[in-house]
Amino acid sequence: MILPLLILIPFIGGFLCWQTERFGVKPPRVIALITMLLELGIALGLWWHGEYQLDGVIGDTPNWVLEFHAPWIDRFGISFHLALDGLSLIMIMLTGFLGVLAVTCSWAEITRRVGFFHLNLLWIIGAVVGIFLSVDLFLFFFFWEMMLVPMYFLIALWGHSGSKGNSRVRAAMKFFIYTQASGLLMLVSILGLVFMHYLQTDVFTFDYAALKDTTLSEPAAMLLMLGFFIAFAVKLPVVPLHGWLPDAHAQAPTAGSVDLAGILLKTAAYGMLRFLMPMFPEAAMQFAPIAMGLGLVGIFYGAAMAFSQTDIKRLIACSSISHMGFVLIGIFSNSLLALQGVIALMVAHAFSSAGLFIISGQLYERLHTRDMREMGGLFGKLGALPGFALVFVMATLGMPGTGNFIGEFLILFGAFEVEPWVVVVASIGLVLAAIYSLILMQRVYFGAAKSEATYRGLDTREYLMLLLLFVLTVVVGFFPQLLLGVTEHAMSEIQTWVATATTPLSSTL
Amino acid sequence: MTLLPLVFICPLVGALLLAFLRGMPQRLAALIGVGSIALSALSVAVIAVTYLGGDHTPVTVTLWQWISVGDFTPRFSLYVDGLTITMLGVITGVGFLIHLFASWYMTEDLKDATGYLYTRFFAYMNLFVFSMLLLVLADNLMLLYLGWEGVGLCSYLLIGYYYRDLDNARAAFKAFIVTRVGDVFLAIGMFILYARFQTLDIQTLLALAPEAWSKGDMMAELAALMLLGGAVGKSAQLPLQTWLADAMAGPTPVSALIHAATMVTAGVYLIARTHVIFELAPMTLGLVGIVGALTLLIAGLSALAQTDIKRVLAYSTMSQIGYMFLALGVQAWDAAIFHLMIHAFFKALLFLTSGSVIIACHHEQNMFRMGGLRKPLKLAYACFLVGGSALAALPLVTAGFYSKDEILWLSFASGHEVLWAFGLMGAFLTSVYTFRMIFIVFHGEEKTRAHAPHGLAHHLPLVVLLVLSTFIGAFIHPPLAGVLPASPEGDAEGLQLVLEVVSSIVAILGLGIAAALFLGRRRLVSALVKTDIGRTGWHFLHNAFAFDQLYNMLFVKPFLAIAWLHRVDWINALVNIWPWLAKQAHRGLSASQTGRIRWYAGSITAGATIMLALLVLG
Repeated sequence: MILPLLILIPFIGGFLCWQTERFGVKPPRVIALITMLLELGIALGLWWHGEYQLDGVIGDTPNWVLEFHAPWIDRFGISFHLALDGLSLIMIMLTGFLGVLAVTCSWAEITRRVGFFHLNLLWIIGAVVGIFLSVDLFLFFFFWEMMLVPMYFLIALWGHSGSKGNSRVRAAMKFFIYTQASGLLMLVSILGLVFMHYLQTDVFTFDYAALKDTTLSEPAAMLLMLGFFIAFAVKLPVVPLHGWLPDAHAQAPTAGSVDLAGILLKTAAYGMLRFLMPMFPEAAMQFAPIAMGLGLVGIFYGAAMAFSQTDIKRLIACSSISHMGFVLIGIFSNSLLALQGVIALMVAHAFSSAGLFIISGQLYERLHTRDMREMGGLFGKLGALPGFALVFVMATLGMPGTGNFIGEFLILFGAFEVEPWVVVVASIGLVLAAIYSLILMQRVYFGAAKSEATYRGLDTREYLMLLLLFVLTVVVGFFPQLLLGVTEHAMSEIQTWVATATTPLSSTL
Repeated sequence: MTLLPLVFICPLVGALLLAFLRGMPQRLAALIGVGSIALSALSVAVIAVTYLGGDHTPVTVTLWQWISVGDFTPRFSLYVDGLTITMLGVITGVGFLIHLFASWYMTEDLKDATGYLYTRFFAYMNLFVFSMLLLVLADNLMLLYLGWEGVGLCSYLLIGYYYRDLDNARAAFKAFIVTRVGDVFLAIGMFILYARFQTLDIQTLLALAPEAWSKGDMMAELAALMLLGGAVGKSAQLPLQTWLADAMAGPTPVSALIHAATMVTAGVYLIARTHVIFELAPMTLGLVGIVGALTLLIAGLSALAQTDIKRVLAYSTMSQIGYMFLALGVQAWDAAIFHLMIHAFFKALLFLTSGSVIIACHHEQNMFRMGGLRKPLKLAYACFLVGGSALAALPLVTAGFYSKDEILWLSFASGHEVLWAFGLMGAFLTSVYTFRMIFIVFHGEEKTRAHAPHGLAHHLPLVVLLVLSTFIGAFIHPPLAGVLPASPEGDAEGLQLVLEVVSSIVAILGLGIAAALFLGRRRLVSALVKTDIGRTGWHFLHNAFAFDQLYNMLFVKPFLAIAWLHRVDWINALVNIWPWLAKQAHRGLSASQTGRIRWYAGSITAGATIMLALLVLG
């Protein structure tokens, strides 16, 4: 019963926020915070009490730690089927934590329609948790589409309008159309898969475990796989489908950016790991060289764009594109080491990019600009803010001691045994990451001060948020086993399924 | 050995305290900053005594399992043997003296540069010592890499310490990026080694490598080459040497600690630590020697044409590390480490003294605006004489003589006569540029009023390092037996004496030429520089063989051009064709909705006609 509760809590909390708006700005904020703390608390409780270090992979049935099953639309075999394993738990803990951050970083920033804002914010969280829990494909698609709407409102109503006609509404629309159109492809693929399964077994079902074992002809598998891949590739994002991301990030409010970079992008990686790889192992492995190539393109294209941005939030957004290139390479190398690296990188990137976005928001509150050409010489002002910025910039460039290093290097180590040349080329991305990260540092914080104006330092709320992110970044860097131990079983399941499916010999031996 | 974690925890705690309690008074900050290194040095002393008093067996202390995924199981564990002890001694010993000196130097320096945090400086310095200690304590390459990048980060932060001047920030940026290029090579080396041996544990690797690879195996060569790539980046050797001279933008104690005594020798340490792999890769090992020989010559020549006192020392550091690489290349492993240690003594002395001189001359770094300082700055003069003599390896009385001549002798004895000749030329150049510097700064007419510094924090480090730079320092022999293979032995003892006499003569000759050129009125030099060839040559050397300009053209400009092209997201612009098409179609269709009956009737008729015509014809 705890699993549907995880989804329901944010939805109910959001509704309450909206309704209590009439009593002032405080109640919605407090309710939102309590809701998110509750969500995070439950996830931490599951982590504390659950047993995720299971031994061995048993056959090709997924090994869930918790499951919830309720009938929904029996006629088509659609059910409200939720399940939890180490992978989903990590993602939910991350979602809960970033939800708390999103609420606290909007505390002073959002002053208009506070209740409705939190409704949207919490509903995004609810939908994302739904994505991480559903193992019924229809349910998954339902939540996948559902998270778009509140995000659209978040950008369109509380966003910043940029220059050159980059209005927030335009950015929101772009985001919506990109994801909606690609989601349609996924729906077609899901239906195709269900019909294939129906033709073979005469049973309509949308259940993950059942559909996973559908035998598909090679071209059919490839087509269906591509439908999923494109949907996830838009969200990850994979160049050339990244167009929505810099705009959405630049125009979104801080909380929106934190959620976008921290968890929305991760739903795509999660989808690839949970659905794409296990359901279409042969097709995915055939497609792997192209996917890795796209990953490389993403690393370099993202890095080159990041370097030439003048808007600080666009720079961070482009750096995300570059990092997700590593994630894509890791997923498609299908080495356990790389897959675990993907987990570490996703979590660490969520922390570091959340830190950078929160700092950009704090800079904007003080300087009223996001244009780096108008900044400079801010080191030594703003109290502890530049110090924290330094930490997150270093995390972005993969400094050892931060989780980002663990993630990137596990991916590179793992993928090197599969595709050495891809890794060698990707390693150049490490230098490029250093260039655009340090350029951010230099443009914003070093040099002579642009104005004599003094700005206030961090208040307790702001300081604590950044301190928490700093501690988590370093903890993942020095004690990654806290994370990797939880996901190890889920990852080796995925890795084994794909490996046995693509080398039929080993299963008969 | 239970004290071992304390060695790196002390500086870490110091760094964290200094970073988070930024408002503390200067005296407390100095106490924490210097005290943490003192505690660390004490722990090292205890460990060294127990290690040397025991039977010299290496010790591994595992703190926790860092990562464990399948076969990938690097631990957070420390490894101590004679090489580690030597490095620990240098890092914490010399490091402590430099920290002590820095507590004086930064107080003086910040009197004129207000607004910079004293605590920030010591936080970075402590963090640096922490990373450097992890680098040498690491028992696996993953942990070594943590220290390796960590020292790079601290180097970046300290070079850019005076961040308000963008030139400093740029120098820091350059240092970080150039060394990171090297780091990527090191990372690829790690990937290769892990893919082959399924472990990153250094001792296991060294045991497995000879079984898997025969001498000259291509994979061994490749792995060694990648490690060398990392080493040349960190140690500022060809072709990644360009960052070191600019790194002098940092405060002088930083140059002494990071860019002379410790971090830049990390490359030497890395190669010595993984020597087995290099022994399996004779071609790469040969390359190590060639890199060293070329760097020591190029850097030595460049040092001749510098005007900034710190840049002379920077080029001389590159040149001396070149000697260490040369030693590694001829498999004179312990000679390389011995020179590393001695070099740390005398180069730290020279840098600290130059810092003292710079403060005494009110932040003047141009040697030609100093002059005649031997009377007001007696201690500095003595330090420069002793340190400079050690650098030039003047015979018998200096520490540098013993370490450098061992390298020269072993390179000759192992049959690398060409490398030996390069080393000898380098020795001559070293002597010339060193005494050129001393004569310009301390002799001749007085051009500025200098105030002699005072205080224990200033005097003590200089005096201790001064003593260590004389032949007394050469009595400290690194306990390397059993860690590194014995050096190749020459058979002729008499030959060694001859070679020692030759290099002594060369050093003294250099001193004589420097005296002839730069003592007195320097007529010959000024006449030489006035000629066209002289001026061009001087500029060429002053710019250190124009590597910066070359790299600018080859890498920086193309990168900037590519980045400039990407200021527009082309792919996104292409995708935007779809909304544009939709809009055009929308416009076209709306244009047909004119609201005029006649137009509608006309178009209906036209359409019907066309349809009918098609039907009839079809």
